[in-house]
Amino acid sequence: MADATSALLAQAQTADLSSAAVGPDAVAVTLQVNGVARTLEIEPRATLAEVLRGPLSLTGTKIACNRGACSACTVLLDGQPVCSCMMLAIDVGALSITTIEGLARGDTLHPVQQAFIEHDALQCGYCTPGMIMSCVALLDRTPAPDASDIRAAISGHLCRCGTYPHVVAATLAAAKAGRG
Amino acid sequence: MIMAKQKALRTESFPFGIASVGLGRVERQIPADEPPALAPNSELTVIGQPAPRHDGREKVTGAVRFTADISLPGLLHARVLRSPLPHARVRSIDVSAAARHPGVRAILPIASPDDPQRALLRYVGVPVAAVAATSIAAAEAALRKILVDYQALDFVVEMDLARKATAPLVYTSAEMAPGGDSSGYPAPANLPLRGNVRGPSVSRRGDVTKGFDDADVVVETEYRTQVQTHCCLEPHGIVADWRADGLTVYISTQYTTGVRHELAEAFGLPLNRVRVVVHAMGGGFGSKSTLGDYGRFAVELSRRTQAPVRLMLDREEEQMDSGNRPATWQRLRIGAKRDGALCAISLLSYGTAGVALGAGVGFNAEALYNCPNFEGAQHDVFINAGPGCAMRAPGNTPGAFGLEQAIDELAERLAMDPLALRERIDPSPVRREERRIGAARIGWQRRHLPGADPGPVKRGLGMAQSLWMSNVQIDSSCEVRVLRDGSVEVLSSVQDIGTGTGTVLAQTVAEVLGLRASDITVRIGDTEFPPGPPSYGSRATASITPPARTAAWQVLQSLLREAALALNAAPEDLVAREGMIFVADDRSRGMSFREAAARLRTDRISAVASRSDDYPGFARRMGDAALARQTLGGVQFAEVAVDTETGIARVERVVAVQDCGRPMNPAQLESQVHGGIIMGLSYALFEERLLDQHTGRMVNADLEHYKLAGPCETPAIDVMILENYQGNSATDAYGIAEPANIATAAAIANAVYNAIGVRLRSLPMTPAAILGALGKIPRQRS
Repeated sequence: MADATSALLAQAQTADLSSAAVGPDAVAVTLQVNGVARTLEIEPRATLAEVLRGPLSLTGTKIACNRGACSACTVLLDGQPVCSCMMLAIDVGALSITTIEGLARGDTLHPVQQAFIEHDALQCGYCTPGMIMSCVALLDRTPAPDASDIRAAISGHLCRCGTYPHVVAATLAAAKAGRG
Repeated sequence: MIMAKQKALRTESFPFGIASVGLGRVERQIPADEPPALAPNSELTVIGQPAPRHDGREKVTGAVRFTADISLPGLLHARVLRSPLPHARVRSIDVSAAARHPGVRAILPIASPDDPQRALLRYVGVPVAAVAATSIAAAEAALRKILVDYQALDFVVEMDLARKATAPLVYTSAEMAPGGDSSGYPAPANLPLRGNVRGPSVSRRGDVTKGFDDADVVVETEYRTQVQTHCCLEPHGIVADWRADGLTVYISTQYTTGVRHELAEAFGLPLNRVRVVVHAMGGGFGSKSTLGDYGRFAVELSRRTQAPVRLMLDREEEQMDSGNRPATWQRLRIGAKRDGALCAISLLSYGTAGVALGAGVGFNAEALYNCPNFEGAQHDVFINAGPGCAMRAPGNTPGAFGLEQAIDELAERLAMDPLALRERIDPSPVRREERRIGAARIGWQRRHLPGADPGPVKRGLGMAQSLWMSNVQIDSSCEVRVLRDGSVEVLSSVQDIGTGTGTVLAQTVAEVLGLRASDITVRIGDTEFPPGPPSYGSRATASITPPARTAAWQVLQSLLREAALALNAAPEDLVAREGMIFVADDRSRGMSFREAAARLRTDRISAVASRSDDYPGFARRMGDAALARQTLGGVQFAEVAVDTETGIARVERVVAVQDCGRPMNPAQLESQVHGGIIMGLSYALFEERLLDQHTGRMVNADLEHYKLAGPCETPAIDVMILENYQGNSATDAYGIAEPANIATAAAIANAVYNAIGVRLRSLPMTPAAILGALGKIPRQRS
């Protein structure tokens, strides 16, 4: 049942959205979250950010503006950074979702996470998960970025504490470390 | 006996002066139970080093819990109905349909037609009612079913209009208007209210009339600054959990101890039944200093429903009603001799914090420079807009935009270099050194005449200075524990709002105990621990690191006594270093810190220490708060490129030379200075709350139309921190968050003038404002 809904929605994404009218009551979906299939009942109006933070208890993803203006809620869908507050969870379909909780391998942090600590690229930490996700996505597609590539990659992110210079330094260092 | 011992003093010799200039010594009488003088940073191993944040791992993995992340069994969600009108009388409220909405558990009326004060709504966004329900969606649906009959009243949202005699009155009598000085810079009590104008708050020394008569040159100029909103990425929010045995709140706050007091008073609870917790705090720049009305609503809803209630503001509420930096207009008149010596300064200001107070322009004009004659008259103007509150160097940031441009305008009239004039009139040896270092770094000698660059893109250099108080909270306590397995904890209710307070505490304790910062477990942000200071007024580090060092030192004395028995040595001959405790001149006679701890007679030893007065005394003391004798400086230089065809000003580089007593953690200090500069740049070029004159609504109450500086607008920033030792406390550390924000907009404005040869006296310096100043389009404002 859940798989059928999910398959339908995935199909709807690529074909005709109107044929997949659901709601307003909760429907079953299966989301691929950090490598694990999670089946749950959600209202169609729920955004991906709300579903991650609520029923999935993945509160590392932050909501700060809730309309795609600050990028604090950034997660990866099949490796692409998206604002999870601007996407309905039922529209995710079979795409694989990576959140901030899914980056570390056991106790080993992702090189970008490690570099953020070493370069003090976080202050209050509220924009940090989203900022890290965008930097991870950048290094996946551009393993040797320069500072302007990094600024462009995080250009949609807002940080009131002023971490941008250290985020750029940390991501440069992570890229260098990744290239050995 | 013991009492007498605690009051005893002893003399210690402290490092004194600016490290890059040359250090001397100063003798201080200090309490006998406090540690010996701390050496300069160059001789230390943990303090003064860039220790990584103690909570860095939690923050980069998403594990850290902010207020919105707290979930409790049976949690309810609250939302607030807010006034759509800027000035209205509530004739009736009908909540019956809302109360029947599925999932609704309680409705809290806030406005009331029956109470003359509570019937009046004075700005768009002021709370009218609050709802607690089983989901946010249910609460929001219920809000839409609350029927309110509003009688619209005349309103005014523009300060210049509000000053006119014919303007609609925000408060019809002084009794109705706020009268205290809760956020006041300056807003003393009992000032007269005429129409919407309250004041003046007057400050005077010498005789300005005579001063201006003596002057060879007089400069008179006017400046305007806009409303800036705090824009903490984490909205204001609370989870309130009212239970029979007491109230626990999780709240995004800059002051756990203060919120505890507010809650105890508001709800008639003893302090020991109120617990305030903030594990992590998503940014605070002044607006999260108090409980806030939303906090009271959530607690009341929890009390009524007997269930935990979470209330998080959304971004629109943040923009309309969570505080802001007031708008100001200021007129400065400065008289000087030909050689630059100041004869007189007069300041007239009007500012608006909406329906609240505290819209002054600070004390730069009064105190930054040597000037025998000063007169200041500052006014608050009420308008029908959300209340302003303290924001990162309240008063002095808008004030510096005026004063530091006026000083540059004076320098030009005197045909003096701006640095040379400041050399003549600035008494501070700290800023003198900061000017020297900063001028060399930015390459001040490259500075050309205003507008001298050929071509459409013109570059310029400018600088500005800052002045701030060294604030200390006396009521600041800290506990240090050593457990028998050698683990160490530092505990205080002080919160870490992103500045790195917890890390600095760990460094302070580690330095004393000869451990690494990462060896110390930091337990803060909870009123179950000894009461810590607020994280506002740049006072947390100054207030809490000295008692942390004292408590660690006292615990260490107990540990050394145990170790001394085993080592057959005198405790005073032992030192703790590199994880070892050993005889100072015979390293072979020692044991590890863990071995020493294992010898403890109890499972844990502990000491609690409180902040003592600064050793040489304070300049001023107000209850639990005090001002150190020295002030904080800071000099910033900016290099800009202005496109005279598009009007776009880009800041290419900022050099900031700042001081904060003893620098505790250079990495975190650099981060905070970055924050101050980027916020100042954003204030200079982009940010402005826009209110529609016809509806009173904020038209950019979000984060896409309210423009914040992002990564692509951030210039290259060089941060240099002076080490300024004063022998004032066990750590000699002070704050930096606010000083780092004061000079930026003024430095950029002076650089823009140097670039284009036309002065921008109004913020923000948008492309339209710059093109207007250049005469390429009609001017928007006088």
